[in-house]
Amino acid sequence: MKRNLITALAAAIALLAATGAWAQAKGKISGGVVKIGVLDDMSGLYSDIGGQGDVVAAQMAVDEFGGKVLGAPIQVVSADHQNKPDVGANKAREWFDGDVDIIVGTVNSGVAIAISKVANEKHRLFIDSGAGSTRLTNEDCNPYTIHYEYDTYATGTATAKAVIANGGKTWFFLTADYAFGKSLQLDTTNAVNAAGGKVVGSVLHPLSASDFSSFLLQAQASGAQVIGLANAGGDTINSVKAASEFGITKKQKLAALLIFDTDVHSLGLNAAQGLYAAEGFYWDHDNDTRKWSKAFGAKMGGKMPTMVNAGTYSSTLNYLKAIQAAGTDDPDAVVKKLKEMTLNDATVKGGKIRADGRMVHEFYLYQVKSPSESKGEWDLYKLVSTIPGDQAFQPLSLSRCPLIKK
Amino acid sequence: MTEIFGVPIAALFGQLVLGLVNGCFYAMLSLGLAIIFGMLNIINFAHGALYMMGAVFTWFFLSTWNLSWWWSLLLAPLAVGIFGIVVERVFLKRLYKVDPLYGLLLTFGLALVIEGLFRYKYGVSGLPYGIPEVFQGALNLGFMFLPKYRAIVVVATLVVCFTTWFVIERTQLGAYLRAGTENPPLVQAFGINVPAMITLTYAIGVGLAGLAGVLAAPTLQVSPLMGSNLIIVVFAVVVIGGMGSILGSIVTGLGLGLIEGLTKVFYSQASNTVVFMIMALVLLVRPAGLFGREK
Repeated sequence: MKRNLITALAAAIALLAATGAWAQAKGKISGGVVKIGVLDDMSGLYSDIGGQGDVVAAQMAVDEFGGKVLGAPIQVVSADHQNKPDVGANKAREWFDGDVDIIVGTVNSGVAIAISKVANEKHRLFIDSGAGSTRLTNEDCNPYTIHYEYDTYATGTATAKAVIANGGKTWFFLTADYAFGKSLQLDTTNAVNAAGGKVVGSVLHPLSASDFSSFLLQAQASGAQVIGLANAGGDTINSVKAASEFGITKKQKLAALLIFDTDVHSLGLNAAQGLYAAEGFYWDHDNDTRKWSKAFGAKMGGKMPTMVNAGTYSSTLNYLKAIQAAGTDDPDAVVKKLKEMTLNDATVKGGKIRADGRMVHEFYLYQVKSPSESKGEWDLYKLVSTIPGDQAFQPLSLSRCPLIKK
Repeated sequence: MTEIFGVPIAALFGQLVLGLVNGCFYAMLSLGLAIIFGMLNIINFAHGALYMMGAVFTWFFLSTWNLSWWWSLLLAPLAVGIFGIVVERVFLKRLYKVDPLYGLLLTFGLALVIEGLFRYKYGVSGLPYGIPEVFQGALNLGFMFLPKYRAIVVVATLVVCFTTWFVIERTQLGAYLRAGTENPPLVQAFGINVPAMITLTYAIGVGLAGLAGVLAAPTLQVSPLMGSNLIIVVFAVVVIGGMGSILGSIVTGLGLGLIEGLTKVFYSQASNTVVFMIMALVLLVRPAGLFGREK
């Protein structure tokens, strides 16, 4: 009985303290705390691309900002969406109904589209750095969803242009059978056609198919000069591995339309050398990225960040800056501010967020080094070209987003 | 070129050969499951995790001690087998008298724990492992180039499967084993150490999973998730073949590999579901599976 009384008393005190804090920040910060939710694939095939690295990246942004905004504390919470759209949407609903202000990170386009719908319904922010599908800023765009680091248009187009310029005119696609893969194939097809190339065929494969030799044999039979891999993560790794085993790369070229530095690291340079990689961020790009990445690596057991991790850091940091500038965490005011700001930090230079939610910034085309060129475990890429933001991303004139009035 | 339903015959043959290679992995994994279920009455859900362990050990032996693939062929199944012995002695032996459901739950939990630990240690992107020097290059079969390594996988699987079947169905040791599971007290009365034999059976069953892992390491992405991607299909194979039927699991494994290969040509989107459609059909017509006996 006595213990119950003490517990009740403690609870009452905690409640009072909380209301006190709330009263202090009232009118500026809802709930007296800014809560950043990292909703990601924490255990599945994309967890090395986003996952725990995104939680660390978001926390790094919070620490850099000083742990407080407008006098209110900032908290990072995280959850696993298990690559299931329904799990992601339910968690987002639970978080937004509670006191989570924004969701960041989130690999997997299927899940991201589901979360963006919840964000729109609840009028809370969703800044996605992990998913690729351009649907997020086209058919499924909404005022509360920002698509941050990259998308399938940027990676597919940059890679396709480079491959076609080197003589790869005819294409065959190996496509992951869901929103992301289809979107990557569509965006790349447009780029191939625009550059005077031709698509001769494609095959859809299930997500996490373990054996790709059969699909590659179909690609080989098509006689196309280039095999475009419209997939990601483990699927890309297995495709590249099988292609080199079957000697397909002797006659045909592989174009990985979305590949991350972690994929290349796992493939090994022997199998991956010569591949193009279009990325919005690579750790060894300049002094700022190196410094930030080393700090990240120190918290992640030496692993270097992916562009998704960098995007999660940058979006969290700029979200906090926008709250500061707007003087409130009211979602509408913060989105307005974010779209006015020019984004600059260790990983993004001169970024701008457009009306359709697309964040445009400098994009880079890299090529995977050969084993003899590499000086260390994570020395993977050399820079081929820098693509200005207004050319890297889909122009607004082609937008299918209803928010854009033409 | 001659065509069937718009697919050139040569391409079709190529796909069938690849299907056979995949079927080999199904056969070897379902064989281990069938032995364990047939002899121990345990549905070993940890099989995929043990297959993954075999592959990760292969990588580990090379990267840490610079031991070649040949050493792994011997050591990795052995290591997985020893792990199996510990699991059997510590956990499984307590469950033989209760409903098989408990064994299923235990091994499923074990699989989650093993995968979680490996994921924590190695991440999911996978560990690089190349094809052994001697098997690099390809054989020209006329209608396709088959990498030498894949040909070796087929040969190795057939040898292992036949040996296992022979030992269990045609030798004295196999006879003891089958008798020991049928009526343990009677066989024990003849002076045969039944518990030790059961432990050995489990070790061999999971050792086969480890061996499949070694064979898979050079061609597939070695990652903590590789087992869970495969295990559900393998269970479907065991169910279609008839729970516990050794011959059934071998034939069904190879056969389903072929059917899956064909599906990839004609309607690739269905390639990961076709096995389950067949399973549903088989269960409707023959609930005990193609080679199973009604009890």
